[in-house]
Amino acid sequence: MSIAGLLEGKRICVCGGSGGVGKTTTSAVIALGMAAQGAKVAVVTIDPARRLANALGLEELGNEPRLVEPGRLRSGGLDVRGELWAMMLDPKRTFDELIEHLAPDRGSAEEILANRVYRELSTAVAGSQEFTAVSKLYELDRDYDFDLLVLDTPPSRNALDFLDAPGRLTSFLEGRMLKTFVRPTGLGMRILGRGSGLLSAGLQRITGVDLLTDLSTFFRLLGGMTEDFRVRAAEVEKMLKADTTAFLLVTSAQREPIDEAIWFRRTLEESGLPFAGVIVNRVHHDILGDSPRGDVIAALEAGLDDELAARVAENFHDYHVLARRDEQNIARLAPGGDDRPQMLVPHFDDDVHDVEGLLRVHRYLFASEAERARMIAKVVA
Amino acid sequence: MSGLLDKRLIFVTGKGGVGKSTVATALGLLSARSGLRTIVVELSAQDRIQRTLADQDGEAGERPDPLVENELSPGLFTISIDPQQAMEEYLRIKIGPIGQAIGSSKLFHAFAMATPGMRELLSIGKVWELAQLHRRTRGAAPYDLVVVDTPASGHGVGILRTPRTFAEIARVGPIAHQGRAIARTIADSDFTAVLAVATPEEMPVNETLMLRDALASDGLSLHNVIVNAVYPSRFEADELLHLREAVEDADSPLARAAIRAAVSECARADNQRRQLTRLAAGLGRPLIELPFVFADHLGRGELERLADRLGAGFAGEEREAKPTRPPAAHAAEELP
Repeated sequence: MSIAGLLEGKRICVCGGSGGVGKTTTSAVIALGMAAQGAKVAVVTIDPARRLANALGLEELGNEPRLVEPGRLRSGGLDVRGELWAMMLDPKRTFDELIEHLAPDRGSAEEILANRVYRELSTAVAGSQEFTAVSKLYELDRDYDFDLLVLDTPPSRNALDFLDAPGRLTSFLEGRMLKTFVRPTGLGMRILGRGSGLLSAGLQRITGVDLLTDLSTFFRLLGGMTEDFRVRAAEVEKMLKADTTAFLLVTSAQREPIDEAIWFRRTLEESGLPFAGVIVNRVHHDILGDSPRGDVIAALEAGLDDELAARVAENFHDYHVLARRDEQNIARLAPGGDDRPQMLVPHFDDDVHDVEGLLRVHRYLFASEAERARMIAKVVA
Repeated sequence: MSGLLDKRLIFVTGKGGVGKSTVATALGLLSARSGLRTIVVELSAQDRIQRTLADQDGEAGERPDPLVENELSPGLFTISIDPQQAMEEYLRIKIGPIGQAIGSSKLFHAFAMATPGMRELLSIGKVWELAQLHRRTRGAAPYDLVVVDTPASGHGVGILRTPRTFAEIARVGPIAHQGRAIARTIADSDFTAVLAVATPEEMPVNETLMLRDALASDGLSLHNVIVNAVYPSRFEADELLHLREAVEDADSPLARAAIRAAVSECARADNQRRQLTRLAAGLGRPLIELPFVFADHLGRGELERLADRLGAGFAGEEREAKPTRPPAAHAAEELP
């Protein structure tokens, strides 16, 4: 199955996986390939390599999608029948825009944006990238007429952060429970009774009074917006769970990323999110199998001197170890009877960071299974 | 500048997928070998390090309890920090019975865990506690060295900055106090060192350079930069030319595949060299290289060998850094 078949009828494609496995590149390739086939596609990237950003015309953070000049892609030999749009996420700005959008009036929006607790929360804090990425995806889905949105997820070590963060931050922003803490004289406090007295005393001792004041201002300001946040969180969840959404797992063939992909997939399925398939990057293919080193040396001796032949054979053996490792790890991804598609992209000799590199990956991901097998055979033998 | 193993707290940072856990573990082995009571800390509750080391010892791969200090071999411990449990422990120790009541309150959990940055603060608070000579944890013996496998670098700087951020927000009270104490510890270069791990590839090299700048703006510097998974240079340039011709002439598929693999290896090693040069030039300092390990996974044996290489690398850098000893007479004048 090719990526194009997999994304037939989909409006959103989320690429997840652990750090360093090529998520950003893969997202760009998917968007490019679908655009080539005639769709209007936007790719939202988080932290592209500079050369890749340049390749897509993303020299600056725009926070709105921009059309990638077709000329950039045509020079690489790909005819794009649709449109490829790209943007680099600016988490801080996305967060600010969300506040401006949801605040009842200009004055309270400004007060929130200036609040110390908010400022820390919207920038320094882990989870804000995840939160804003999903938030942006939702806005693009609602406000634009793209056929497909491709989201590159933040490089969090723990893939669950990405799924968790919107809920975690929203529940913080909702702050219904917290308001009772920060206003010790409030009605809520009296209802909660004796226990809450202890709680607020303890909280005060731990946090320091100043933090409480800032928090209380923050929640007073957000007070009018909590319902909007709740509604929005519910809509985002609906969007992610829709059958027009596809979660693709991106991984390399090493043990740890594969472990993480297996675990991520289980989490997706348990959370009712639509898992669509796995892309394995940097695979060492080895279709010649396990030839003894002696045979390799014998075959090489016709054209190379003994010493060089021995080194070439040693290198081949090392490569074979990696190929076997990859094969075993990939097998773990698909336990018996599993028919979810797996797409393997070979380990290229150099990093993929430019249009030419994207096109090289594109040839594999958008090929049919038979074409892919032919290409791999050509590389290996 | 004192030697790396003279520190008490080492943060191993870097982009995801570059082998931070591997380096942190090898560093732990190296430290324990030299007789230091060492603990390797995982912050993401993944127990990866423990599993790697324990597999090799033939123990069952069950998930250990978070916050338990496990002795894996004499003098080498691991711990996996779970922020929630770190908070309960903190509250119990810090404010006694009230703390206990708060710690078990659902409302309070919701507050603490939803507060952005609180998880990081609690995790690093526990790291700090492990590195103290007088441990807060009752009956706990002090460690000579705490090695932290820090989450991926953007994040990694975040976690080093969290204590200061909280100290600034809270200004007064125990969080501010604690935040400041931890921030002071992190800034003390006799106590704390930050290592960067990279692989010789475009993005990890970029990120290491950015990490250096981000740390510098917080007044921190990189004690060492370790480049992991470096390919051997197996073939000379003239041999490569020869191999390229030989591919065309080879008449067996086996020979062709083997020679192709060698040509690929040359290209990869060459790309790596370029990135290594770029990193060394960008940082203006030497790098410690660890070899690519051609194995299906890293077990204890491979980690021990990487520890050897690390040890040699640190020793080399420390020899370079040491100023030539002044003549004895001159040294005597310096004494009070």
